[in-house]
Amino acid sequence: MISGHIARSPRLLGKACIFSAAAFLAAPALAQEEGSYTPMTPTEGVGMPTPGGIGFQDQYSPLGEYALQIHNYALMPIITIITLFVLALLIWVVVRYNRRANPVASKTSHNTAIEVVWTILPVFILLGIAVPSIDLIAKQYKPAPKEALTIKVTGNQWFWTYGYPDNGEFEVISNMLNIPGQPVINNGVREVGSQAWDGPSHLEVDNRLVVPAGEPIRLQITAADVIHSFAVPSLWFKLDAVPGRINEKVLFVEKPGVYYGQCSELCGAKHGYMPIALEALPREKYNQWVLTHPGAVIDGREEPAAAAPAGEGETVPADMPEDAATEAAV
Amino acid sequence: MATTADQFQGHVADHGHDHGHDHPGFFARWFMSTNHKDIGTMYLIFAIIAGIIGGAFSGMMRVELAEPGIQYLDMFAKWFGAENPDFTTTLHTWNVLITAHGLIMVFFMVMPAIIGGFGNWFVPIMIGAPDMAFPRMNNISFWLTVAGFISLLCSAFVPGGTGLGAGTGWTVYAPLSTYGSPGPAVDFGIFALHLSGAGSIMGAINFITTIFNMRAPGMTLHKMPLFVWSVLVTAFLLLLSLPVLAAAITMLLTDRNFGTTFFDPAGGGDPVLYQHLFWFFGHPEVYIMILPGFGIISQIISTFSKKPVFGYLGMAYAMVAIGVVGFIVWAHHMYSTGLSVNTKMYFTAATMVIAVPTGVKIFSWIATMWGGSMEFKSPMIWAIGFIFLFTVGGVTGVVLANGGVDDNLHDTYYVVAHFHYVLSLGAVTALFAGFYYWFPKMSGKMHSEFLSYVHFAVFFVGVNMIFFPMHFLGMQGMPRRYPDYPEAFTYWNHIATIGYMVMAASLVVWFVNIAYAFLAGRKAEDNYWGEGATTLEWTLTSPPPFHQFETLPVIEEAAHH
Repeated sequence: MISGHIARSPRLLGKACIFSAAAFLAAPALAQEEGSYTPMTPTEGVGMPTPGGIGFQDQYSPLGEYALQIHNYALMPIITIITLFVLALLIWVVVRYNRRANPVASKTSHNTAIEVVWTILPVFILLGIAVPSIDLIAKQYKPAPKEALTIKVTGNQWFWTYGYPDNGEFEVISNMLNIPGQPVINNGVREVGSQAWDGPSHLEVDNRLVVPAGEPIRLQITAADVIHSFAVPSLWFKLDAVPGRINEKVLFVEKPGVYYGQCSELCGAKHGYMPIALEALPREKYNQWVLTHPGAVIDGREEPAAAAPAGEGETVPADMPEDAATEAAV
Repeated sequence: MATTADQFQGHVADHGHDHGHDHPGFFARWFMSTNHKDIGTMYLIFAIIAGIIGGAFSGMMRVELAEPGIQYLDMFAKWFGAENPDFTTTLHTWNVLITAHGLIMVFFMVMPAIIGGFGNWFVPIMIGAPDMAFPRMNNISFWLTVAGFISLLCSAFVPGGTGLGAGTGWTVYAPLSTYGSPGPAVDFGIFALHLSGAGSIMGAINFITTIFNMRAPGMTLHKMPLFVWSVLVTAFLLLLSLPVLAAAITMLLTDRNFGTTFFDPAGGGDPVLYQHLFWFFGHPEVYIMILPGFGIISQIISTFSKKPVFGYLGMAYAMVAIGVVGFIVWAHHMYSTGLSVNTKMYFTAATMVIAVPTGVKIFSWIATMWGGSMEFKSPMIWAIGFIFLFTVGGVTGVVLANGGVDDNLHDTYYVVAHFHYVLSLGAVTALFAGFYYWFPKMSGKMHSEFLSYVHFAVFFVGVNMIFFPMHFLGMQGMPRRYPDYPEAFTYWNHIATIGYMVMAASLVVWFVNIAYAFLAGRKAEDNYWGEGATTLEWTLTSPPPFHQFETLPVIEEAAHH
């Protein structure tokens, strides 16, 4: 059933996921090196909300910056001017046309010219907004280049799992760190603040989604049970994780750092406790992180391409939540 | 209710309009009613009761959100009957609160008040009709709404998966609402929607039939007061959108109970299909809530400016345009579900179109006041407040319409701020405006204008304190439907909670005002607002006779707008 969905929506799928391996050089030499990794300490005010903040978080992706500019330099001024204009008109009529200032009401009830103006003028304003807005959508939907790294994100009640099909198919399970003074949310997970690199409570996790910075990444997002939504505000990224469907979008993180987000679709009791912590590392450090996982490789895309029969293998990535979906149906 | 009944009866007797054959006993009058005014009164009382419950739920939410961490949910879970709730059950209670708040305010507060209450009361009178076209159907519409509400309240006390009650959000998204929520609670919630939806469909049929067939001689469609136009458009939206909701939630029921898989990918279904069906209803639904408010505001602005509404035809057809376009913009609620690029572009463009007829309405209201001789009686104060607040809510809608920008705002508090500005501050402000405009007409007693001003001032400050900071929270990234949040969101959440208390205090002033009117209010004249009030209800006594227009009024040329 899952393959049916995928076949119907090829644009949502990373077709290159398994077959594009030839574009990369295999790196058996690297694979033998020792992996090493210490989680990065987040920077205050970067990739997280600021206390009392009143605007968007600073953006760390090119499209995020573009969207933020559209908001800050087009939308925000326009809506502010319109609101102040309406407010000024209201104040003016209240002052000028009250019973004392204007004892006899006029009988005017039509003026075709002004009615045409206030219908046409907003149309032009909206056209002005629509041009950059549609352009932004077009850019957001540009697919990732063939050789881009694929990472698979799966929403679960109530944690995220991150699969690395291009790095030897290991999987990272990401739980929110427990909050001191509150009932335990995730059994066996430490409390936030117990390590030097921990970020804010409610946002920090035990295992972050580690990605390479400065290169496009193909994120494929799905869910194992109910709908979740993968969102990182400082990267202008939000895409629903829907069971039985793979949503795909390009992620590009400009510079290394830790960027936090939270599940953004109501998914049950602990909806508020499955945050996203995304750690972008320089490529070499990312490679070293990859190698800390047993059986991991820097670029493992060649092998499955050789092994899988054409056409069949790509439709259901190895760790698609087939079991979960079947379970749910039972 | 007894007090209201006595007032009505007494006053009717005073005026000698009663012909002696229409004095049903208490039970027959209020439980078997076929009188549009009595049914309207019952709708209003019902909406006030439902609003108090829905408002109390939002108070429980705001108190929990005042500080990070979970402080009160445990207690609330016990109120609903959970014994020694574990943490998951405690958190489930939060989802029950947000679900119940949304469903109650939409289906059992705003709709019954604005359509069932004011629509029933004043549509027949304004078109010069003695009653609604189908009086008995009118009665069952009301009682189905009550039955739906009881079903919804029942759902809070039965298992709904991780705890008692339905915790799916008012949108009841599958699969959280299907295999994600075992237990009868969600079924009760779905039945609540079915029952009240059937009531609303019958109400819509009644309004359409009444408006098309029962207008007094000379009351052409283009002479109808704008409030009647607004209810006519609303009735068509209800008639065309509610059956789609009924189908969607019936499919939920069969998915839940009879093994179908409409929305389950494991059986070839699609969870996103549910969202398309829901929002095909859900977007017209938001116009169903606000359009009658537009109508009320038009009547009030015209009355207190002592001028006919500016651009009457433009105003009427702007509502028709909003209604039509409202049906083809639904997927802007689904920008993050993985729509294709063309779909997202189309819905972005189509959604922005709505701003045009809405702008026509805002500007026409201001043009109605322009050149007028305005009196700032209580309804007018509320109406002017409405125009400003609705504008704020409208322009954030233009921001959200942009699919690419919405990627960051979707499902955050920015959206919560947006739709509360147009509904909580828009529709509810229009409701209060209509209440002060027509309360003396309905009850025969004048309220205190002073208390009405106090009510407005405190309410205005309170709701802006609650909802304006939510824009900031949303832009900073706080997702909606969260009981707990990181430290960084504390400041504005705290302000919002204080705002809630201010708003709640304003409602106390309102209740005092109602009590004052019934206990000590002076008798309302037939036309207590004076020369600007030109629609037909002002030709009747306050309250109107039990049956009005037994001889149909004749509308002359160039009459009421």
